Amino acid sequence: MECEKIACAASVENLHLITEFVEGCAGCSGLEAKKTFGLLIAVEEAFVNICSYAFADGEGKAEDAVEVACGSEGNDFVLEIADKGRQFDVLTLPDPDTTMDVMEREIGGLGVYFIRKLMDDVSYRRENGRNILRLVLGRTRDSLP
Amino acid sequence: MEFQVKKEANATVVMITGRMDAVTAPQYESSVNELITGGDTIIVVDFDGLDYISSAGLRGLLVTAKLLKAKGGQLRFANVKGTVREVFDISGFGSIFQMDDSVAESLAKLA
Repeated sequence: MECEKIACAASVENLHLITEFVEGCAGCSGLEAKKTFGLLIAVEEAFVNICSYAFADGEGKAEDAVEVACGSEGNDFVLEIADKGRQFDVLTLPDPDTTMDVMEREIGGLGVYFIRKLMDDVSYRRENGRNILRLVLGRTRDSLP
Repeated sequence: MEFQVKKEANATVVMITGRMDAVTAPQYESSVNELITGGDTIIVVDFDGLDYISSAGLRGLLVTAKLLKAKGGQLRFANVKGTVREVFDISGFGSIFQMDDSVAESLAKLA
């Protein structure tokens, strides 16, 4: 896929750097507003997960610890978020019980649930020492150029 | 995210605008905690100006809701709509909180 990339340290304070980059890419490729909104949530959830769990304390500080790439493949908008952290497939996490009372709820797991729910396709692979989460959004016929 | 507080006769109205995400949700939590500590236990949150919320935002809402419940307080949400409403609905939060179509309606229900 032809794409644009951004890299940063695995720190939550870089979230807006990532979301602004992704918003820009989505805008350039003509992704609908509703899908862009879902994409921004999915990428936030993936990035925050990486910041929280992928690295031992202090090890995610390298400027290329996390890389986000956006591009098009055919009619699809594709985003890949890669990290150099410990091997982990976030998609193995179970969905939360969304019917339970709010006061009893454990909020963990909601992030990956959003990723699954808001994207048309999600997949994980381990490649060259990196975890790569691939998010795919199909464009509807109306929105194609 | 911006956070504005307005005292009404029977409640404290909190207006949140912008984005509620992993960076800004802690600001919401600490601001609401301050209100609760200061004795404001009847709170209406106005979502009219909020255009983004993630699971970190929902977590912030949940933490303050639990705190208020522990203090015997009341919490209502007004103007949760559009894409933010969809996030509430897919997470199951939509059916759990007290939601109203306007701040006026929230205040009336508290009266």
